[in-house]
Amino acid sequence: MNDFNRNSAVDWALKLYILLSFCFIFAPIAASFVFSFNVDRFPSLPLGGFSTIWYEAVWADPLVWEGLRNTLIVGAVVSVLATAIGFGAAYTDFRYAFFGKTVYVALALLPPTIPVVILGLAMLAFLSTIDLSGAIYSVIIAHVVMCAPFAMAICRLRLSQMDPSLEAAAWNLGATEWMAMRHVILPFCRPAIMAALFITMAVSFDEFAVAWFVSGLNETLPVKVLGFLQGQVSPRINVIGTFVFLASMTLIILAQILLMKRSVSPDDAATDTGAVTQ
Amino acid sequence: MRKSITLYGLTFSLPMLIWQVLFFLAPLIFLVALSFWTVRNFRMVPDFNPDNWIRMLGRGVFWQAYFRTFLLSTSAAIVTSVLAFPCAYGIAFKLSETARRWAIFLMVIPFFTSYLVRVYSWQIFLSDNGIINALLAKVGLGPFGMLNSVFGVMVGYMTLSLPLVVLLQLFSLIFVDRTLIEAAHNLRCGRLRTVFEIVIPAAKVGLVIAALFCFILTFGDFVSPLYLGGGDPPTLSILITDTTKSGQQWPRAAVIALTMIATLLAVAFAAVSFAYRERGR
Repeated sequence: MNDFNRNSAVDWALKLYILLSFCFIFAPIAASFVFSFNVDRFPSLPLGGFSTIWYEAVWADPLVWEGLRNTLIVGAVVSVLATAIGFGAAYTDFRYAFFGKTVYVALALLPPTIPVVILGLAMLAFLSTIDLSGAIYSVIIAHVVMCAPFAMAICRLRLSQMDPSLEAAAWNLGATEWMAMRHVILPFCRPAIMAALFITMAVSFDEFAVAWFVSGLNETLPVKVLGFLQGQVSPRINVIGTFVFLASMTLIILAQILLMKRSVSPDDAATDTGAVTQ
Repeated sequence: MRKSITLYGLTFSLPMLIWQVLFFLAPLIFLVALSFWTVRNFRMVPDFNPDNWIRMLGRGVFWQAYFRTFLLSTSAAIVTSVLAFPCAYGIAFKLSETARRWAIFLMVIPFFTSYLVRVYSWQIFLSDNGIINALLAKVGLGPFGMLNSVFGVMVGYMTLSLPLVVLLQLFSLIFVDRTLIEAAHNLRCGRLRTVFEIVIPAAKVGLVIAALFCFILTFGDFVSPLYLGGGDPPTLSILITDTTKSGQQWPRAAVIALTMIATLLAVAFAAVSFAYRERGR
């Protein structure tokens, strides 16, 4: 677009605006990190001295460890279950045509659009009538509902990059459906499955509202943070926040790298599966 | 493609169906039943009693919270959309391919990082002796009370929804036909006019969907109005958490939740039909 409307001042203004938007988005994350090392109890400028006392306080807090343990258990189980369920749904959508498929896909993708307070209340009321609330598996049940759609979406996108005739070719060469799944579909989807594991774990890792409703005494780390928030100001939240940010950022960055690498060169991926593309 | 139902097919399709029907659909349907239950001696009793509905919908506090929440979310959808647009537009049209990929990469990260801690962190910026007021004091301004105000709520709402809104806008802007824009420019259509008469109508569906998602996210959020807005007067989501956590008044909380779902469905339906309405005369 090399024309009279090109105006470098406007271009630079827009680029500056993009930069400012990123500042707005990342400022709270950066502040949490900076103030976690600040010696003062009440955050203000100028910064007090550098100190790791809040890290020591968090390290020595058994409640935090208990929350972390619950979070890790929930995150690990949820990521595996949600990814398995999500992959199955994605494959079903990819391969089969059947009556009511729109409803099926809608059901698979809908949960993230329901506000978490409503989901939390519904789950709490429902799970407590069937005596499944107030335990760590209550959180797992709820988080799988919320995370499976993300896994489904990621796997479905990956499958849509696959030539559907690859699977049929495997059958023609004598593979059973199960063998084709094992040797064609799964290897092709491996990066997406890994990414789905990471992303669902990150979602579960940061989810506080539904967990708060259903967890009872088995609070996860984000629920503990919610408890801290209701109490007085404490830089300990910054310490936990820094840790939580680092953990979920690592997971998301890994997931994105997995997805990006493959979407750039789908041909490489196809060779992985032993298939030849033209 | 084989059509018959096989063990193989069911292995992959059934887990999602069973899990979501059992733990997603059933709880939501149960919510409807629950809203007709009664509470006696601090215990919930199955019943078919419209009393909860009559009592909740007859309350001034409820409607006050309802309109406040609706107004806040509508403002958030408009403000966020307007502020996100130059950013999405810039990323779509002014950045190189590589820079755009990086921008998307960075924009995805905050969506999955703890919203709760980010809101707490905003308190550091916005409080009376927080970072912003400290900086303003250096130039002799302030202090401004930014916490426990509508401004604070909006900052929180944008923390929640801005990345998603930018991404959704961006994905619709990328697919705008560039030749349309060039054609407009060749016909001596000015910059701003091109944006308003070519780009925005062409990307309309995505822009409306982005605003809709912002509305949905903020409508159900209780963290920002509580910790950045002070929680008083409450929003619907704060009412739900209060009613649920303060005892056994779950049936009344269910009434609020169902009213919210009905509102969200109505807004989503209106937005989608507006987005896909044929332009023209």
